[in-house]
Amino acid sequence: MEENKDLIVILQQIQQKALEALQKINSSEDLEHWKAVFLGRSSEVMQVFKEIPAMEVGMRPVLGQKANIVKTELEKHFEAAREHIQQAALTNSITQQKLDVTLPGRLPERGRLHIATQTLQEIYRILAEMGFQVYRSREVESDEYNFELLNIPAHHPARDLWDTFYTKKDGIILRTHTSPGQIHAMHEYAPDPVRIILPGMVYRYEQMDASHEIQFNQIEMLAVGKNITFGDLRGTLEEFVKRMFGSGVETRLRPSYFPFTEPSAEMDMKCIACSGKGCTVCSGTGWLEILGCGMVHPTVLMNGGYDPEKFSGFAAGLGTERISMLRYGVDDIRNFWANDIRFLKQF
Amino acid sequence: MKLVLSWLKEFVDIDGSLEELASTMTMIGLEVENIQLVGLSLPEGEHLEHVYNGLAWDKDKVVVAEVTEVMPHPNADRLVLCKLKDGQGEQVVLTGAPNLYDYKGKGALSKPLKVAYAREGTTLYDGHQPGKVLTTLKHMKIRGVESSSMICSEKELGISDEHEGVIILDEDAPVGMPLVDYMGDAVIEVSILPNMVRDACMLGAAREIAAATHKTLRNPQPKLQGSGPKIEGEVKIQITDPELNPRFVFGMVHSATAQPSPYWVQRRLHLAGMRPINSTVDATNYVMLEVGEPLHAFDYDILKKRAGGKTPTIITRAAKKGERLTTLDNVERELDDFTILVTDTAGPLALAGVMGGLESEITDSTRTILLEGASWNFIHTRRTVTSQKLQSEAGYRFSRNIHPALAKLGVELCLSRIAEWSGGQIAVGLVDAYPKPHADPALEISAEDIKHLIGISLTLEEISDLLTRLEFGCRIEGDHICVQCPPHRMDIGEGIIGKADLMEEITRLYGYDRIPSTRISDALPPQRVNIQDDIERNIKNALIGIGLQETINYRLTSPEEEMRMLPGQAQSAEKEYVELLNPISQDKRVMRSMLMPQMLINLEKNIRHADRLGFFEIGPVFLPKTNEALPEEEHRLCVGLAGLDQKKTWDRKESRKLDFYDLKGIIEALLDALHVENVIFNPGEHIFFHPGKYAAMHWNDLEIGVLGEIHPKILGKYDFFENNVLIADINLQLLKKTLPLSFRSKAVSTFPPVLEDLAIIVSDEMPSRDVETVIRNAGGDLLTNVALFDVFKGEQIGSGKKSLAYNLTFQAFDRTLTDKNIEKTREKIIKALENQIQAVVRKK
Ligand SMILES: [Zn+2]
Repeated sequence: MEENKDLIVILQQIQQKALEALQKINSSEDLEHWKAVFLGRSSEVMQVFKEIPAMEVGMRPVLGQKANIVKTELEKHFEAAREHIQQAALTNSITQQKLDVTLPGRLPERGRLHIATQTLQEIYRILAEMGFQVYRSREVESDEYNFELLNIPAHHPARDLWDTFYTKKDGIILRTHTSPGQIHAMHEYAPDPVRIILPGMVYRYEQMDASHEIQFNQIEMLAVGKNITFGDLRGTLEEFVKRMFGSGVETRLRPSYFPFTEPSAEMDMKCIACSGKGCTVCSGTGWLEILGCGMVHPTVLMNGGYDPEKFSGFAAGLGTERISMLRYGVDDIRNFWANDIRFLKQF
Repeated sequence: MKLVLSWLKEFVDIDGSLEELASTMTMIGLEVENIQLVGLSLPEGEHLEHVYNGLAWDKDKVVVAEVTEVMPHPNADRLVLCKLKDGQGEQVVLTGAPNLYDYKGKGALSKPLKVAYAREGTTLYDGHQPGKVLTTLKHMKIRGVESSSMICSEKELGISDEHEGVIILDEDAPVGMPLVDYMGDAVIEVSILPNMVRDACMLGAAREIAAATHKTLRNPQPKLQGSGPKIEGEVKIQITDPELNPRFVFGMVHSATAQPSPYWVQRRLHLAGMRPINSTVDATNYVMLEVGEPLHAFDYDILKKRAGGKTPTIITRAAKKGERLTTLDNVERELDDFTILVTDTAGPLALAGVMGGLESEITDSTRTILLEGASWNFIHTRRTVTSQKLQSEAGYRFSRNIHPALAKLGVELCLSRIAEWSGGQIAVGLVDAYPKPHADPALEISAEDIKHLIGISLTLEEISDLLTRLEFGCRIEGDHICVQCPPHRMDIGEGIIGKADLMEEITRLYGYDRIPSTRISDALPPQRVNIQDDIERNIKNALIGIGLQETINYRLTSPEEEMRMLPGQAQSAEKEYVELLNPISQDKRVMRSMLMPQMLINLEKNIRHADRLGFFEIGPVFLPKTNEALPEEEHRLCVGLAGLDQKKTWDRKESRKLDFYDLKGIIEALLDALHVENVIFNPGEHIFFHPGKYAAMHWNDLEIGVLGEIHPKILGKYDFFENNVLIADINLQLLKKTLPLSFRSKAVSTFPPVLEDLAIIVSDEMPSRDVETVIRNAGGDLLTNVALFDVFKGEQIGSGKKSLAYNLTFQAFDRTLTDKNIEKTREKIIKALENQIQAVVRKK
């Protein structure tokens, strides 16, 4: 009996001693050491287990049970301590790994389309939704396609509207507008109806300054069909301008003259820089000229292979660099083809 | 065109504000550019839609006054003292105006001089400073004489730049009246559209305003005397070709004396932008500005002398090539055969419709004036204006087509003005040669026409009303209107074109802003594919995904700029370009034939602004074709790299230079994005590139592009510091041929792969592509990937040799492979390497 009691006391002492030792531990290494000492093969608890077979039979279960309780208890505390120490270590390491998040990140190289392309593509997208498909034609053109077939005969005063670059080959010029594409397209489409846009580079013989370039992108719309009206022209352009500049934008249509359209018009938009109050962008008028347009002239329809008694159509054109300039406040058109990365990377 | 408000009011009542008037004009096609206020004050309103400038004259301070005596200044010869009444009292005003010297010391004037008088405190323009500088009149002492007010010049009041003397107003000017009430005015500058030259005059613009505002137009009426000597028999007209000169009208004035015109005439001319000369010349200019018909005055006595004292015969004809005439600007001109001439039996007198000749010009001593009004072929006139580089008011108008009816009206009006302002007697009648009278078009239009083209429903009465307001004759007949064009319109065509012209007139007057906005009701046309566009967009998207910046250059360049890219002596001068006849500058005189030279310049220009540059451009180059007028426009892609492979950052100081394989990787990634297969990169030679760092891209037998490092000799001609420059150039038309019509994805195996390394030693000359081909062919289906992970050269493996190390991936779709499964394949690969390319497999 005494020995039994002794062992029980010893077990209690072992537990007390082990737990006290555990209290002081705060590193994984010490903890592992503690485990070896108090739960290892040669630990005191294990010694007690070894001694149990030598005890009297009646007492063995009690002692075995008691020893198991102590062992389980120590194991439980060991797990708890291990959990605690790991947490502490993690917290500690996290605290020490604090970054200066205000340091700049490592930027990957970001590719970009040229701003001129971005604007063109945006216009393609908007007009594609309205049923207009892209049609391209050449940049070095014949006088015939650039002028004559568009109802601009040689020496006609209307030619003053375009300052032209001539090449050394007789009758070959740099196109002054994308309109020659109207004739190319009509020849290709007739007698089917047409709904296309003609984008691309055009050329003007001009002194270059902040608002004049010798080379710029233009987009023209052309719709030909049996029931196309001036009202359709207005409605289509208004829709386009709203998509491009916002639904609140106000427009007006004003008479103008182009030899290849009749009636001809220009569309003005309330200045987006000053909302119509007058500023330097709109020269104080509150209006910005953005589109030239009109109903396709009967002569042009005929030259394109359509009977003007049966078919009608509208055309509208705009310079797209000017659109970029208005939207992004670019004040010098010469930025566009200078290819200065400091300009290009802003878009 | 400068339209003078008071002048317009002579022909039409204008009762709205200037702002309303300007808006009305803009909305009917007379776009107002700016408005110059001449005495009038700025319209009220928070926001003005037009640009105003000019000077308002204070009603209380600037008035009509009269000078009753001009006295010498006690201490200065160049100054005079004027006794002046301004309706409130009498004062003495100091002035230095030379046009008052004549009256100095003559005592009280029998006829007082009416002047524009500004009292102390008036703000006006400083006459002594260039431009328009405002100044306020203050009390001061000039050479001992008190002065606080002034008699004004046109410059000081903002009428013109004239500051040679003070304004002497017409005699009927009421003393004491605020000057602004007497002659306050505004000048509305409008841009005249090429088809609206009829409105480049006061009457034409007034007609548009009257039509737009439902007012009646007051047409000017010539006042001609009913008796006197006749013109008949004094001059003969001979028109050689009525196509060139449809009409020619002469009028005559005897015993006219050129003198200064009445002040109101001078003022109107100045406001309209012309200089008053003398009463006779002014009369011709005045009528041109009034009704739009340029007129020409000959000295009749000179013509008679040239005809040897006989009746002069005026002949109009085309010039003979090389014929000469000295025009009144004193330039001797060599003429083209398209130029129309006014001649007499002794030779050329004037460039018809453009400028008179020097010899027959009227002078101050001219007594008998022969006045010409004519109409000229506008195409020929325009060609003359262009070829002679001779801009004139007459040339501007005649080159835009003036109605022949105006020739007669212009002459009649001008005759009465000359008689009024220069004195003299108008010869009775005109000599009017009109061999081929102009037929004003007669057209038909229906309500259906308008509905169909414009999209609005108007009744025949409404259409008729709109056209009638513009002086078209209208007669409704059944379902249409018969329209007769008025005799001042040259812009209305015949038939279907005339109908379109009428519809523009109807819509313009109806108001563009009243047209309802509609959606296209026509069915969507058949859609077509634009392959070229799709490809270019795909390429652009792929390249920006790889981190490249798109550039766009001028398509214009110079041969020198392109040849700068050729090393040393290799410059070929005989290269053909699309060359401009009228280049804007020497460095932009041809269309580019390559993209690479501009890419090099783009890189050079930016290398100092960035560690790493990666650019691409897609666009046409222009290649002349033999026997064809139009050049080939070949679309190409150019990719350019320069600098470091990675940007430096705060913790990454070292970075290597970009090299051939960076560029090749980009091109391979692009081909991958386009699903292009079987493009091979072959070594070769190219004048632009480093011979060892260059490859041509081949697809079947086509060379679709080139890439490489720029030749060091070329690089030396640019400023790239120590950087490598790499450029690829691809022909997009050829690249298009490599594109698969479609591509199919491959399944991904769910069974684990077996990974193996394989290292072999081969001859240094052996292209790695060949090694890989041998491995792949031997590896069969199980070998799913071959990746080169190391290339090594060194003493250990012997000179002239290299070691290549590969990761091989073996994988099956139906089972997990074991080492055993691939043993045969591995042996096959090794045997193939040993047998086919004499490779030595390195043992692990
Ligand atoms: Zn604005």
